[in-house]
Amino acid sequence: MQEDESYEIFPLGDQALTVCWGNRLSDAANREVGKGVARFNQAPFPGMRELVPAYTSLTIYYDPLYIRQHLAPAKTAYTYVCEQVKRILNQPVQITTASSRLIRIPVCYDPQLVPDQEHLLTYTGVRTEELIQWHTERTYRVYMMGFLPGFAYMGEVDERIRMPRKKQPVPAAAGSVGIAGIQTGIYPLASPGGWNIIGLTPVRLFDKNRKDPCLLSAGDSVQFFPIDKYEFAHY
Amino acid sequence: MHIIKAGILDSIQDGGRYGYQERGINPSGAMDRYALQEANVLLGNDPGEAGIELHFPASVIRFTQPLVLALTGADFGPRINDTPVPLRQCIVVNEGDVLHFSRLNKGARAYLSVKDGFGLEKWLGSMSTHLRASAGGYHGRRLQKGDLLPLNTKRDYGALVQEDSFTVLPWKAPDKEGLTSSEIHVLKGHEWDRLTTEGKTRFREQEFTISRQADRMGYRLEGEALASIPADELLSSAVSFGTIQLLPDGKLIVLMADHQTTGGYPRPGHVITADHGKLAQKQPGEKLYFRLTEMTFAEELLYLQEQALRRLQQECLTNWAKYG
Repeated sequence: MQEDESYEIFPLGDQALTVCWGNRLSDAANREVGKGVARFNQAPFPGMRELVPAYTSLTIYYDPLYIRQHLAPAKTAYTYVCEQVKRILNQPVQITTASSRLIRIPVCYDPQLVPDQEHLLTYTGVRTEELIQWHTERTYRVYMMGFLPGFAYMGEVDERIRMPRKKQPVPAAAGSVGIAGIQTGIYPLASPGGWNIIGLTPVRLFDKNRKDPCLLSAGDSVQFFPIDKYEFAHY
Repeated sequence: MHIIKAGILDSIQDGGRYGYQERGINPSGAMDRYALQEANVLLGNDPGEAGIELHFPASVIRFTQPLVLALTGADFGPRINDTPVPLRQCIVVNEGDVLHFSRLNKGARAYLSVKDGFGLEKWLGSMSTHLRASAGGYHGRRLQKGDLLPLNTKRDYGALVQEDSFTVLPWKAPDKEGLTSSEIHVLKGHEWDRLTTEGKTRFREQEFTISRQADRMGYRLEGEALASIPADELLSSAVSFGTIQLLPDGKLIVLMADHQTTGGYPRPGHVITADHGKLAQKQPGEKLYFRLTEMTFAEELLYLQEQALRRLQQECLTNWAKYG
């Protein structure tokens, strides 16, 4: 079997392992992760429990007891899973259109509704109109999900409106749209967090009563469009 | 089952909700999975059935119908109608019997399971309460005074009661040794080598104390700070139940059942799954130390636990067969 030098595999405890394509965020590395997900979904190995894609890594959870009892009594489940992972990562992959859906999300940037926006305007020296233009101009890639149910880490944000994460977490309402460094994200639930809030969306990123409770998935493309406070109120 | 007085944090939990971490939905589930499975196995239930995870001071519960229950995990001095009842045995109770917990003797989390389980709907394949998302379990929240928990009870267990009051069935699960042991086995994490030589020694040899900031999300540990080698900030990636994170101040936090799905702190180690229950039974102020181990040992210990559970299951199913 040919060993791919572009990734590293390491255990994450005794029920999961992580495949890592380096520690530098790039669209290319993140697309490798997406291809990995597609490969495992296309041909899962027995004993595989779930996949957790991140920026440049993919974690695979497995059931060590099942593997030991049914598949690999003579070696560790970890060794067995490593072999499976290397085999599957060598397989050709078909990226389906589902992995590149475009989702448009309305955002109200009215400073009356989002007083916190002031901090970012002061820090970056831009005006609300510019913030709206530069935040909505780009199509973002969902690099990964985490932090809260349905929370998407997206990037890259235009450098003119970047601002580092706050040092101390502060409470933010559900639907708050924020910026942290090169990333933008939306709070699916009310929660403390360090993102600089610039807008509010009326869309529910997380709803436990929906069949699929989370709106977004890793690999999605997202574009924001501005709405005013009246549209927000009547959305 | 009627909650007549609320505990501080009692919730419905099962083996956890898997398959949704990729969307940021963490698994939740019982902190001491083995204890919960043990309660279910005693009752002849599927080991993965949901039960109530209790913290002390725990709920006071009045039974509204005859049923069979089992209590495992922490010893909170359980009493029915003010008479002490044993842990790790099946107890048949009658309508009107009242269960309360008198004192914290040992451990941190007790489990109460009922024969045939609770009649609650699953959310995303699991009954575990996801407190953050207010979903799963009983209305997505901890149990409160006045709650009436629906049961799945399949037959009239009142016939098993031999006297006027509750009856303890004869078979039992062995007392788990090591519940109070302070030795926690750890596999090296990917960022182990970010610790300095001195940091590694401290990790291995220091006695840590569980701080007041210890809950279902994680345990912050008190101890001398661990020095690390300056390195690039990590990009966030998956973390798991048992992952030990090194915070910027050199302190450690061990992630528990309600951990976030991803994190960006260095991970010097991971507590092996077989020791999760031991850790889950520790209270703030208790001491622990880490012993490094290998994958072979971690898997073997988990396998031995599973074998013990299977043996107990066989024995209990044989006993239940006698009750038709």
